[in-house]
Amino acid sequence: PPPHSCSDWIGPPDKHSNLRPIIFYVPPEESPLERRLREARQEAQACNQRFWAQQNRAFRQEKEEFIYSRLKAKGLEIRDDTGKKATLNAEEMADFYKDFLSKNFRKHMQYNRDWYKRNFTITFLMGQVALVRALRWLRWKKKNVGN
Amino acid sequence: GLFVWHLKNTGIRQVPCQFVHLCRAANDRLITFQYFNFLKRMYVTQYNKDLSQRAKPKSDSVASPFCELQQLDQDKKVIHKISPISPVHQPLSETISRNELREMASAAETEDSVAPVRAESKEDRQWKEMKLRLDDLPGILARLSKIKLTALVVSTTSAGFAMAPVPFDLTCFLLASLGTGLASCAANSINQFFEVPFDSNMNRTKNRPLVRGQISPLLAVCFAASCGVPGIALLTLGVNPLTGALGAFNIFLYTCCYTPMKRMSIANTWVGAVVGAIPPVMGWTAATGSLDAGALLLGGILYSWQFPHFNALSWGLREDYSRGGYCMMSVTHPGLCRRVALRHCLALIGLSTAAPVLDVTTWTFPVISLPLNLYISYLAFRFYRDADRSSSRKLFFCSLWHLPMLLLVMFTCKKSFLEKEGKDDLLGGNHGRALEIGLP
Repeated sequence: PPPHSCSDWIGPPDKHSNLRPIIFYVPPEESPLERRLREARQEAQACNQRFWAQQNRAFRQEKEEFIYSRLKAKGLEIRDDTGKKATLNAEEMADFYKDFLSKNFRKHMQYNRDWYKRNFTITFLMGQVALVRALRWLRWKKKNVGN
Repeated sequence: GLFVWHLKNTGIRQVPCQFVHLCRAANDRLITFQYFNFLKRMYVTQYNKDLSQRAKPKSDSVASPFCELQQLDQDKKVIHKISPISPVHQPLSETISRNELREMASAAETEDSVAPVRAESKEDRQWKEMKLRLDDLPGILARLSKIKLTALVVSTTSAGFAMAPVPFDLTCFLLASLGTGLASCAANSINQFFEVPFDSNMNRTKNRPLVRGQISPLLAVCFAASCGVPGIALLTLGVNPLTGALGAFNIFLYTCCYTPMKRMSIANTWVGAVVGAIPPVMGWTAATGSLDAGALLLGGILYSWQFPHFNALSWGLREDYSRGGYCMMSVTHPGLCRRVALRHCLALIGLSTAAPVLDVTTWTFPVISLPLNLYISYLAFRFYRDADRSSSRKLFFCSLWHLPMLLLVMFTCKKSFLEKEGKDDLLGGNHGRALEIGLP
């Protein structure tokens, strides 16, 4: 994002977590409330990034391992004659999907609770900041009209 | 001649109304509505061009699970025709998000989708300023409220209204549709608000406005409130309190039960089915003011329909669900998934037979609908037995046209209001449900 910009910028989805990173703009006279909001958003972003990058990585890795072990059991090579990677069909992968989901269930539960809490806090703070800004603008308008 | 005209007339009115919006709250559902496009969109776009109320169906909750699943790439036609809503954004985003089910679409479709996909992915890779532009706002809000899904939900409500055995009241009909549409918009927006990180990780949903940062969460919540509150108020004050209460309950069910449950337990599918079943019941109560057996029957038909539709769709999305942490039957209990789909197809046969018993339709209805229901049951049986991609796809596509057909046939077999009154005079009994229905 350009240095003179006065707003947040959002980028393309991250390779590992599929989440879009945000670069937050820090205004020169940032009130404590605004700072709290920005820090909450940054924290949430970091936490989400960590969780999903790790999840996706684990998924990919375990999927590879599963395919490898299944192919081995069937007596096939990981790559066929044309050099393409051999894959299992959806029915064979179903066992893996079920397994992966149940293994990560508790992790997801915790993440959900965490995410809902953060989401509500951030939105509430956004509301407070918007309200304060609106009041400030009204006061400034009144002052100007008075002059 | 008269019959043909009548049929055409009802057909014209009913076709858009009969698109069930299976959009269950479940992400999947949401997609399903969009999938319905296959048939519905063609009609919906033609008929609803001027409909600004393309809110997301409240039944999104039910449909939601489906919605996600229904990311059919059958949108080739849709892409051409869906201009009214958001010409630039909507079709493109939907195209992109349909990558997963691309294989499901016909080859021809892919050609149409390639160009917009390329354009969007280039745009996607750039850094964007997070500033809200007013001219983008309508498109963003349309996508936030899942407007196509909402349109389908409103259609279902209209079907419920049309099937009610009372004289047609245009004002009431419009108020009910508008109120339902607004409530659906609100529910869908809150659903997207809750699901941002999950949506980013699923192909179908990664182009939603909140995921892309096009709108702030605060604005999304304010929009939801500004749709939901007037919507429910309109239903409560402009139609009747019962419809308003059902609307509020459905929003709650979708956003606070279905959406969190998607990640907690497979029971979300059943909750989602209820969410999808409530709009037609609302249509009926809007017309009659009371919760009759007929309303529950219509709701029951939609409830049962959700299962073959959703379960078949979810069969192809197992990988994304597993990675994203969604608890769906197709991943954790595949046997149950197929059994339930079959069970509910058979239930549809039973419900269709119950329709004339409850004086909703004539006895022609079970007779004509039997081949329809038997065919979908057959496909459900094949899905049950084979449990593979092709049988799930066949069942899913069948469900897309099965519901509109069923509702259309139901409407044409509707028991005439006058007929019922006449019967009452003759028999002097308490048969006529029409008479029992209180005046609004």
